[in-house]
Amino acid sequence: MALTQQDISREIAERSRAFAEAGQTRHHPARDYAPYRSSLLRHPKHPLVTVRDPEAVELSGPVFGVTDVTDLDADLTRQHAGEPLGERITVTGRVLDREGRPIRGQLAEIWQANASGRYAHQRDQHPAPLDPNFTGVGRCLTDDEGRYRFTTIKPGAYPWRNHTNAWRPAHIHFSLFGDAFTQRLITQMYFPGDPLFAYDPILQSVTDAAARDRLVAAYEHDLSVPEWSLGYRWDIVLDGPAATWLEEGR
Amino acid sequence: MLPTPSQTVGPFYGYALPFLQGGDMAPAGHDDSAITVYGHVFDGAGDPVPDALLEFWQPAPDGSRTGAPGSLRRDQTTGGYAGRDGLTFTGFGRVATDADGRYAVRTLPPGGVPYLSVCVFARGLLHHLFTRVYLPGPDCDADPLLTALEPERRSTLIAEATAERVYRFDVRLHGDKETVFLDFP
Ligand SMILES: [Fe+2]
Repeated sequence: MALTQQDISREIAERSRAFAEAGQTRHHPARDYAPYRSSLLRHPKHPLVTVRDPEAVELSGPVFGVTDVTDLDADLTRQHAGEPLGERITVTGRVLDREGRPIRGQLAEIWQANASGRYAHQRDQHPAPLDPNFTGVGRCLTDDEGRYRFTTIKPGAYPWRNHTNAWRPAHIHFSLFGDAFTQRLITQMYFPGDPLFAYDPILQSVTDAAARDRLVAAYEHDLSVPEWSLGYRWDIVLDGPAATWLEEGR
Repeated sequence: MLPTPSQTVGPFYGYALPFLQGGDMAPAGHDDSAITVYGHVFDGAGDPVPDALLEFWQPAPDGSRTGAPGSLRRDQTTGGYAGRDGLTFTGFGRVATDADGRYAVRTLPPGGVPYLSVCVFARGLLHHLFTRVYLPGPDCDADPLLTALEPERRSTLIAEATAERVYRFDVRLHGDKETVFLDFP
């Protein structure tokens, strides 16, 4: 029998209850989160092996520079001859490490669906229109305060096949590099007040409500540009140690 | 500060993250030293994973770990990718698996350590996984991570030499012969 939203919502509630009863803090999703069916055969069963070697290569990481981005990359509304359809938005924030220090000059990449909820990807066959003026890919380097800034359009929600009537809340995919490979992060930014949050096993895989809130951007009126775009702020904190910490005697 | 949670890379990163020459980490030339690492990513049913993304990070042959910009050099005229500059070793590579769940990178041997660091992303994987490709050789015998592992687990981290300077390294995400994945607290 086809899986219904009710089935998945029940599983989400069970995992949420089990998490609350365990009384733990957990910042990241468990990799074995069955309500997201694709995770079933794609998570390790063995516990991770802890590496505490101060000489580990992973405590350093790749670097990027002005050759790796063009000025237009951060404005997803100007990559084609015409203007994309949809609600123009600005998304900005800072990339920090766990100590609150800015991640400077590092690569931030985003990708997203268009205003109708369709990706410019051949495998996305959701019957919503493609927008010839929108690809949905952007990148930039963070500045000296760790700040990134993108101009884009608000993506639409879209259906997927986890279960019958499964819909992803609107989101922008983000990829971030820190000062160390250990700080690597790929995640998704959501929009405040989306009614689909409770139904989505990918967002709900973050079982800690406070951690989940950190995936939701804030609408910030001062970031809105008159007659032009609506502003959202989303700060990102990268997990994991870096060699620079060890040099500072931490 | 509390970290931003991870979320899956999903199925649609393919037009955003891979870039021209992402797996050609070795600059032009170096025909007598460059190595090729290839393999499959498998799921718990033993099926290839056609929507995984692997990133590689390593020291330069001289052991330096500073890396260099230019992995995804952009063409400032067209806004497309220009490819690597042919000279610089950036230490960073990124490849998506193909429809057969296969990947390959061509790189220079890492200096000072016997391994390449790997970060694995995939649809279905809610939080990336770190592992290492160890190149077989005497340096592996003294490696603190390898020596601490049971032989059966250890073998999942050591690439198999299939030709001169060509190594096979499969990633098994779940179950039988599951790859050892790493945590850096
Ligand atoms: Fe998505």
